[in-house]
Amino acid sequence: MSGGAHGRSKGLNGWLLSLPALVLLFVAASGPLLIVAVYSFLEKGDYSGVRWIFSGDAWFRVLFEKDIFDGTVSLADANLSIFWRSVKLSLATTFITFVLGLPTAWFIATRAAKARAIWLFLITIPFWTNLLIRTFAIMEVIRNQGLLNTALINLGVISEPIQILYTDTAVLIGMAYVYLPLMVLPLFAAIDRFDMRLIEAGYDLYASRWLILRRIILPIIKPGIVAGCILVFVPSLGAYVTPRVLGGGKNMMIGNFIELQFGQGQNWPLGAALSMVLLIVVMGALLLYTRVSSRDDPHG
Amino acid sequence: MRKILIATTAIMASSVAAMAEGTLNLYNWGNYTNPELLEKFTKETGIDVTVTDYDSNTTALAKVEAGGSGFDLVVPSHNYIPIYVGKGLLAELDHSRLSNIGNIADEWADVPWDPNRAHSIPWQWGSTGIAVNTKAYSGDPHTSDIFLDPPEELVGKVNVVPEMSDVMAMAIFNVGGEACTEDLEVLRKVRDKLMAAKPSWLSMDYGTTDKLSSGDYVASVNWNGSTMRARINNPDVVYGYPKEGYPLFMDSVALLADANNVDEAYQFLDFIMVPENAAMISNFARYANGIAGSEPFMPDEMKTAPEIVTPAEHADAGRFLPTCPPSATELYTSIWTELLK
Amino acid sequence: MGKRRFDVTTLPGFTFIAITAFVLLYAPIFTLVIYSFNGGNSVNVWGGFSLKWYAIAAQNEAVQSAAIRSVIIAVSASGIATTVATMAALGTTRRGRFKGQTAIYIMINQPLMVPEIVTAVALLIFFSSIKIATGYTGLGYLILAHAAFCVPFAYLPIRARLEGMDMTMETAAADLYASPWQTFRYVTLPLLMPGVIAGAMLAFVISLDDVIITEFVKSAGQDTLPTYMLGQLRRALTPEVNAISTVLLALTVVILTAFFLITRKRD
Repeated sequence: MSGGAHGRSKGLNGWLLSLPALVLLFVAASGPLLIVAVYSFLEKGDYSGVRWIFSGDAWFRVLFEKDIFDGTVSLADANLSIFWRSVKLSLATTFITFVLGLPTAWFIATRAAKARAIWLFLITIPFWTNLLIRTFAIMEVIRNQGLLNTALINLGVISEPIQILYTDTAVLIGMAYVYLPLMVLPLFAAIDRFDMRLIEAGYDLYASRWLILRRIILPIIKPGIVAGCILVFVPSLGAYVTPRVLGGGKNMMIGNFIELQFGQGQNWPLGAALSMVLLIVVMGALLLYTRVSSRDDPHG
Repeated sequence: MRKILIATTAIMASSVAAMAEGTLNLYNWGNYTNPELLEKFTKETGIDVTVTDYDSNTTALAKVEAGGSGFDLVVPSHNYIPIYVGKGLLAELDHSRLSNIGNIADEWADVPWDPNRAHSIPWQWGSTGIAVNTKAYSGDPHTSDIFLDPPEELVGKVNVVPEMSDVMAMAIFNVGGEACTEDLEVLRKVRDKLMAAKPSWLSMDYGTTDKLSSGDYVASVNWNGSTMRARINNPDVVYGYPKEGYPLFMDSVALLADANNVDEAYQFLDFIMVPENAAMISNFARYANGIAGSEPFMPDEMKTAPEIVTPAEHADAGRFLPTCPPSATELYTSIWTELLK
Repeated sequence: MGKRRFDVTTLPGFTFIAITAFVLLYAPIFTLVIYSFNGGNSVNVWGGFSLKWYAIAAQNEAVQSAAIRSVIIAVSASGIATTVATMAALGTTRRGRFKGQTAIYIMINQPLMVPEIVTAVALLIFFSSIKIATGYTGLGYLILAHAAFCVPFAYLPIRARLEGMDMTMETAAADLYASPWQTFRYVTLPLLMPGVIAGAMLAFVISLDDVIITEFVKSAGQDTLPTYMLGQLRRALTPEVNAISTVLLALTVVILTAFFLITRKRD
């Protein structure tokens, strides 16, 4: 597996090493998802499930909506606005976790070797408690009679509690909280192998700190940044619990919207078609990314 | 540590022994089954009951329909019973094996959603109404206008539980329609009403018991049992029965067609129709049951609770929601989507 | 280190932001622990100090076995996921491009791309038919499902570590006639370890947290802590779950401290 392998054997090795993961995924994730792909082309069943009759209805409904009152057909702007809201919120979440996560990962990676493991665990320990109870704990901090407002009132900063709960701010706080370790850990993995002598060299050449961050550190830890951003952005697109609990559930995200179709909406084909669209969009974005990045990848 | 090890091995082994003699698998709403009830049942019959939780009718239906999970008894809401029956998922009950079947109160012995109780036994029933904190609002609580056209002092402070069928039904009743209506004129009014009301809502969330108790919510669409629990914590909370009409529900225990432990299931069904045992169900979850003679076994606070014992003047407005046809559900989902987009 | 010198690894504001991040992470945990000692029935109305929820949780076999079941599934699933993800990461980085590499990359990350409910429904249909056909209803399905969706969470940090990692050490080892296995075991793996640990921890936490897929895949009597709580959500959560969570946290801290002390002694 060292330098000598070339050409076809390289690819063969790559496939062989990836095989266990691919088999596992095919059995318990992607394979069964084919069922969902098929469902999106069927008629909806009564109350749940599908009827095995071909229908393009679900896909039509992804793109167009028929007004139930006057029967006019127009572009599905409900679907679009839900999708757009999800994208905006996920982008914001990714940005916040990056701004908080990079310094945190850096801080951990620059500790002494022994302490590093401890700090790393400290990042994940809050996540050993379940998502729901964590979300409720966040609620406890930001609600009107909660920790934050009480503290601010006692300090004399404000006189009336600020309504944070059930706003987009609350959703952002919650999402950033939930997804922070997904940003920190890959960043840590990349920073940890960063050679600090490069910074020294930079200083020797009279580079400013900002320049060092931008020109030396960020390019080298780029794989970690990419991994972190994917791990935060993609799952937060389908986030479900946090927007519902902290955002008050008045506006749907795409995860809630798809859940509605499989649940109370009783329209599995539409749920299936919507998730296929999401899958295709994300896949396309990833594909585009790998194309673009392989062009400037020195190892490519 | 040893205890954990033993428990760990037990968990790994138990899945294999799911069909062993003297066990019963109950698939029920979370936090809805009194553990003391199960202990008593085990003591009397030697049958071990395993409870598995679900959080919604749709999840339960999807899982039962897919099959293979090893459940014996399930507790759907009344309007899901006809769906289960229509899909052939329930076994018809052999009343000769249920010696206590006569204990079902007369009004629940023959119900539209399950004629002659051929498939289900009452578990608990209740209503969806309005909970209001009288400190924030002192007017009449018995109207769905509290969330559909909030009085000034409640604007921006109302919570609505995110249950499509309940909320839609209350809105339809509010504009004078019938449950499951497909009348577009009515639905247009419903849509307009909901769209106009939404900006005055604070949130659409569960967890109402806690937040009503703490005062985070001063008004909410809520269930009667939950409101009672909140009122015990916070005496300012009152329960309103909307005069325009409000939904009633009854969750009922049914035997699955592919149950493995049929004998045990019958014993359990018979057991919960004993008034004393039915009272244990209510005492835990704070909803009324449908068994005659269970009241004497309930604590006084439940016997007199205005949330549980519907005052006569409000009883007429309560209606059991029928099973809406898919075409109606489709219309409602469209309105719901427009509301939450 | 006796001499005072300019520390090149410190970037302005970084330590401050890092400490802030830790404080923010622990503030909710702090309230969670406090409310586990609540004498009242609510997770957000304080009713005096009491240990009653610990007593109740200690009595409640359902919640205990749910907690243990969660840990069993998380340990098994993250173990499997990390192993296959490490292999896949080794297979898809640092050996030059090969045909299908992008396809593998996309396939491995696929579980991230659809909301959980979709995978949940797909698995429900697929696993149910296997359950009916084989009669086996054990924890295997849950472990398999969890392992699968944990793969990308383990894979990406490991890959981030591997990408651009210097190959000279491995080449040197090979030049010294180390077998590929020896090279991997004594050279590559130690270098890779921080990535593997990061990936394994993410996979573990993700599995421990999962609720929707578990809800749809579980068989009778297989509630995990999250599904147990989901079932309660519609009615009312009690500080019982806070008590259980606090015990789990305390156990973690004890194990970690022990681990830290043992490894320190050995040095």
